[in-house]
Amino acid sequence: MMKLSLGPVQYYWSRETLLHFYEDVAASPVDIVYLGEVVCSRRHEMRLPDWVELAQRLGEAGKEVLLSTQVLLESGSDVATMHRIAGQEDFAVEANDMGAVRCVSGKAPFVAGPHLNLYNADSLQWMADLGARRWVAPLEMKRSDLAVLQKTRPQGLETEVFAFGRLPLAFSARCFTARHHNLPKDDCGFSCISDPDGMLLSTRENEPFLVLNGIQTQSARVHSLLRDYESAAQIGVDVLRLSPQSQSMMDVIGLFDAVRRGALTPDRADEQLRALLPAAECNGYWHGRAGLESTAPEAR
Amino acid sequence: MSPALSAAHASPAARPFELVCPAGSLPALRQAVDHGADCVYLGLRDATNARNFAGLNFDEAAIASGIGYAHSRGCKVLMAINTYPQAADPKPWHNAIDKAVDLGADAVIMADPGLLRYAAKKYPRLRLHLSVQGSATNYDAINFYHQQFGIQRAVLPRVLSLEQVKQVVDRTPVEIEVFGFGSLCVMVEGRCALSSYVTGESPNTHGVCSPAKYVRWEETPKGLEARLGGLLIDRYAPGEKAGYPTLCKGRFDVGNEHSYYAVEEPTSLNTLELLPQLVKMGVRAVKIEGRQRSPAYVAQVTKVWREAIDTCLREQHRYAVKTGWMAQLDQLAEGQQHTLGAYHRPWK
Repeated sequence: MMKLSLGPVQYYWSRETLLHFYEDVAASPVDIVYLGEVVCSRRHEMRLPDWVELAQRLGEAGKEVLLSTQVLLESGSDVATMHRIAGQEDFAVEANDMGAVRCVSGKAPFVAGPHLNLYNADSLQWMADLGARRWVAPLEMKRSDLAVLQKTRPQGLETEVFAFGRLPLAFSARCFTARHHNLPKDDCGFSCISDPDGMLLSTRENEPFLVLNGIQTQSARVHSLLRDYESAAQIGVDVLRLSPQSQSMMDVIGLFDAVRRGALTPDRADEQLRALLPAAECNGYWHGRAGLESTAPEAR
Repeated sequence: MSPALSAAHASPAARPFELVCPAGSLPALRQAVDHGADCVYLGLRDATNARNFAGLNFDEAAIASGIGYAHSRGCKVLMAINTYPQAADPKPWHNAIDKAVDLGADAVIMADPGLLRYAAKKYPRLRLHLSVQGSATNYDAINFYHQQFGIQRAVLPRVLSLEQVKQVVDRTPVEIEVFGFGSLCVMVEGRCALSSYVTGESPNTHGVCSPAKYVRWEETPKGLEARLGGLLIDRYAPGEKAGYPTLCKGRFDVGNEHSYYAVEEPTSLNTLELLPQLVKMGVRAVKIEGRQRSPAYVAQVTKVWREAIDTCLREQHRYAVKTGWMAQLDQLAEGQQHTLGAYHRPWK
C-alpha cells in the first residue's frame, strides 16, 4: 500500500488556522507530514521553534515528520534559517535547494524535494550517494519517464510523487501579491494572509489560469492523480504527496485513503473529489501532456 | 592533431571582467567577436540547450568554424548544454559534452548534476560553468557545485538584489557571472514550469519557453489576439504594439484589477548603470541574453557594452552612462523599455 504524505502548506495562514489544521492532520490517515515555510521568509505567524513544537506533537500522534526548507533562498537571513533547519537533529529535513542539500548531506538521511530538478538516473544516483533516502519527482515528470527511473533507482531510495493540489509552478524575486496591491515587497503588509488559497489570475476571457501566492505562481487547476492511482502503484511509487488547500482537506485525504484501502474505486472517489475542489482538475503532466490537461487513465 | 587545429584550441587568456555575448548563428557569432565580445556562448541545434528554437543554433561544422573564428581573434567560446536530460535518453547530452571537448570549446555551461558529474569525471580538465538554469541563488548551492564538480563559474539567476549578489561573491571562490542585458525572466530560472503547464514543453524539459508552434495570432472585432496553446495571453487595441506572447508577459485579470501585467511587463533588463558596482564587488562577467536575436542586434548590443565596460575599467570613478548608449539599447529592448529588475530593491 502506498503511503500518503501531506506536503508543506504553501499559503500564508494565521497561526490559529494552522494549528487547527494540524490538529485534524494528526487524526487523519496521512503517514508523513512535511512542515515549514517554503515560500516566503517574511511570513512570520510561525517561527522555527513553533514548527518544531508542532512537529513533536505530530510525531507523538504517530506521523513521520520532516521539516522542509524554503525553495528560493535570496537573503542572508534566508540562508541562516535554512542553516538552522539543517542544523537541528530532532527531525529529518526535506531539502528544497542545493544549498540545503549541501548542509544536510553526510549528517542524516534526508528527502530531496520536488524543486531539485532530478530528471534522470545519473542525477538520482548522485542524490542517493549524498544521503537522500527519498526523492520527490519533478512536477513535470511524466509517468513513462518515472517508470524508466524506477527500474534503475538506487537501493533504499523511496520515490514520492506530487499527487494532489495546485501545482507550485514557479518562484520569483517579485511578490505578485504585493504587486497586485501596488505595495513594495519589503513593505508588503503581509497581504497574502487574506488569500488562504492564493489569488486567482484569469485570462481576459475569464478562464482561470494561474494562482498568485506571494512570490510563488501556482496552477489554477488542481492537479490530481487519484484516477491514476493504479498507474502510480504499478511502477512502484512509494509515497503520494497531497498539497494542502484551505477547504475540505481532510475529506481529500479521506478519498485518497479510501482508494488505497480499496474501499472506493478511483473513479468513484474522483467524482466525489471534484466536488471538493476550488477549480477544475488536471493531470496532464503524468500523461506526458500539458500540465493543465485532464486525461482519463490509459486503458489497460 | 594538426597544427591548425591546435592553434584553434589555444584558449584565449582570461580578462578581469568579461563580456559574454549570445550567438544563435555563425553570422551572430562573427558580429559578437568583431564588436568586442570576450566570450560568445552557443548551443547545438537540439534540446540540449535552453534556446531550442527553430532555425537557430549550430551543427558541428558551424561550431568548429565559429571556434576557429573566435579563437583567432582572442575570443572564447562557451557551449551551453544547459537543459535537463530526460530520463528516457540522456545520450544526446553526453554526446554534446563529448563534441564540446573535441571541438575545443573553452567551457561548457550546464545545469544538470548528472551531466556535471559525467563531464567532471570524463574530462577533469574541462572548464565547467554552472548555468543560470541550475537555480543557484546562494553561496551554499554554488560552493556545493564547486565542491562536487569543480565548477569554476556560476551564472546567477535574475532574482537577486545588488547587495545579495555581493554577499554571494564575498563567500565563494567560484567566479560569478550576472545578466546585464536582454529579455527578463521574472521567475527563477530552472524553477519555472509555466510553459509546460500550458504547452507540455518548458526550459527544463525541451529548452523552450512559450514555443512558437503553440502561438496563434487572430484579428478579432475586439482586437488582435495572441494565444498560447489556446489560452488568451494578450489582446491589442488598434495601433497598440503587439509583442510575442511569452506567457508571463501577458495582461490578465486578478480580483478587481482587469487587464494588467500581473506577472511581468514586456521589458528588457539593462544594468549599464550598475557596471562600476558590479566590477567593484568582484563580479567576473556580464552576460547578454539573446541567442534568438539577429546578428545586427548582437552587433549593436555588443558594441555598446564593449564601450561601456572599457570606459568603466579605465575610469571607474568617473563612469557615467552615456545617453547615446541607453538610446541605442532601448531601441532594441523588448517593449522598448528597460528595468533594473531585481537588482533594484524597490522593484515591484
